[in-house]
Amino acid sequence: MIRIENLTKSFGAKNAVDNVSFSVERGEVLGFLGPNGAGKSTTMRMITGFLPPTAGSVSVGGFDVVEAPLEAKRLIGYLPESAPSYPDMSVRGFLAFAAEMRGLHGDAGKRAVARVVDLCFLSSVLHQSIDTLSKGYRHRTCLAQALIHDPEVLVLDEPTDGLDPNQKHEVRNLIRDMGRSKAVIFSTHILEEVDAACTRAIIIDRGRIVANGTPAELRAKSEIAGAITLQLAGAPDAAAKLAALPCARKVETLGAQLRAYPKDAAAAAELARSVIELVSREGWKLEALHTEEGQLDEVFRRITLPDTVKR
Amino acid sequence: MNRAASHVKTIAKRELSSYFASPVAYVFLVIFLLLNGFFTFTAGQFFERGEASLAAFFGWHPWLYLVLVPAVGMRLWSEERRSGTLELLLTLPISPWEAILGKFLASWIFLALALALTFPVVITVNWLGEPDNGQILAGYFGSLMLAGVYLAITCMTSALTRNQVIAFILSVAACLFLILAGFNPVTDLFTRWASPAVVETIAAFSVVTHYDGFQKGVIDSRDLLFFASVIGFALFATAVILRNRRSA
Ligand SMILES: Nc1ncnc2c1ncn2[C@@H]1O[C@H](COP(=O)(O)OP(=O)(O)OP(=O)(O)O)[C@@H](O)[C@H]1O
Ligand SMILES: [Mg+2]
Repeated sequence: MIRIENLTKSFGAKNAVDNVSFSVERGEVLGFLGPNGAGKSTTMRMITGFLPPTAGSVSVGGFDVVEAPLEAKRLIGYLPESAPSYPDMSVRGFLAFAAEMRGLHGDAGKRAVARVVDLCFLSSVLHQSIDTLSKGYRHRTCLAQALIHDPEVLVLDEPTDGLDPNQKHEVRNLIRDMGRSKAVIFSTHILEEVDAACTRAIIIDRGRIVANGTPAELRAKSEIAGAITLQLAGAPDAAAKLAALPCARKVETLGAQLRAYPKDAAAAAELARSVIELVSREGWKLEALHTEEGQLDEVFRRITLPDTVKR
Repeated sequence: MNRAASHVKTIAKRELSSYFASPVAYVFLVIFLLLNGFFTFTAGQFFERGEASLAAFFGWHPWLYLVLVPAVGMRLWSEERRSGTLELLLTLPISPWEAILGKFLASWIFLALALALTFPVVITVNWLGEPDNGQILAGYFGSLMLAGVYLAITCMTSALTRNQVIAFILSVAACLFLILAGFNPVTDLFTRWASPAVVETIAAFSVVTHYDGFQKGVIDSRDLLFFASVIGFALFATAVILRNRRSA
């Protein structure tokens, strides 16, 4: 549904987005990660046709965003980063406006408003003026606007920003459910959301894609992925014996626990087998043992440069 | 085409209701009427003229609108930029023209309403004497066109910046230029060092030159064409600015 090819956007001499290519199909929820200033919002603004690309192309549902903007935009629901809305309008008035602009008049419009009010839990503030809403409700009002025409493609820039934990949970579930029948791309700084809602994630840094894969694949890039953590009663020589295993790279002592790292990603399964063999051969008393899955935040830190590093 | 008209209408409706959502609209209307009254009856010496016409009333409009019209129009695009709703508006499946036209029409309708509320002067002058009501109608029409010209220019300057004050100052300056180009004290100044042909050309760009025709009760197609083309040009410039300065 969304196809991005060699997309580049420069502001002056700086490339905010640098030769990015990826695509999102129906039934996919793509998590868009990256440090501040990585180019997430800029990419989304090009997908939705707000900013023209400097080079490269974006097509949505087969329509080029630059060549056939109206057809492409009709398919998209967009939540911009700042969740803007008209402060002097009521929530209902604003949603009715959005519905009308999407060609939903009369009863169809009323039904569409009722549907998104339900989805985004806005019924309690329906008649309130937007400038008196709390930040979270303003955010949800703008999200509701993006869903009003039940679009096939959703582009959500930090949809859970400013929401309370319950609402974050609801919105994640909403995104995951909608992802079954739509193509969804959303950006976030909350790594748990990748597991909670995404089928795939892309990490970009300084305008370039540095990782692209399923949450499990990304986690596997973690240094700790596949490591075996175990807790033994006694066995003072365990650390040395574990380190001597051919498939172990190193062994760490963490208080009462030992952690053996595999030589490489392929050696993870072999390491687990040999650790267990070793434990039973030596007759060590095993109190706990588990395989580390890898941590997204560690992967994220390792493959992106922090914003504070001079560019 | 039908769809475009519906978009223009929806945007205009929203814009118009946002004027009346705040007390600013009412404050504006009151100030507009008070200033009109002051200029007509006091500064314009309506009664001392001893003639049944609205020359005193319409004569001040180029100057009155110089401040009042930019005040109405300055928020049109600046506010959309500042609040980020520009991003919503321009990612809707509409052509930017529909948004530009809708917003322009809404403010123009608002100004037309303000102008319509001056009807008591028409009643007064009809009660006092026997004016040429056709001339008055032409005068109102010219006045509305003049407001449209100023408003289109304000649209353009407000598309440039997220700061309403800057938009206001720029549009006052641009409109002032359009007045002064044909203002007698200024054209007299020009005649000292420029040939009459040059002075003539500059004066042809003045709104005052074209506005005066309407006040004489003549709706000349050249005057109309001038007003329409300035409006068209300014709105076109708005579209160009919006296309090229998306994230200012
Ligand atoms: N209009 C603009 N003019 C100049 N530079 C810009 C403009 N918009 C964005 N940038 C720059 O482009 C880069 C990418 O910005 P972008 O907003 O896409 O980052 P982001 O990934 O969304 O960051 P965040 O996580 O903070 O939202 C930044 O360095 C930013 O300063
Ligand atoms: Mg961003």
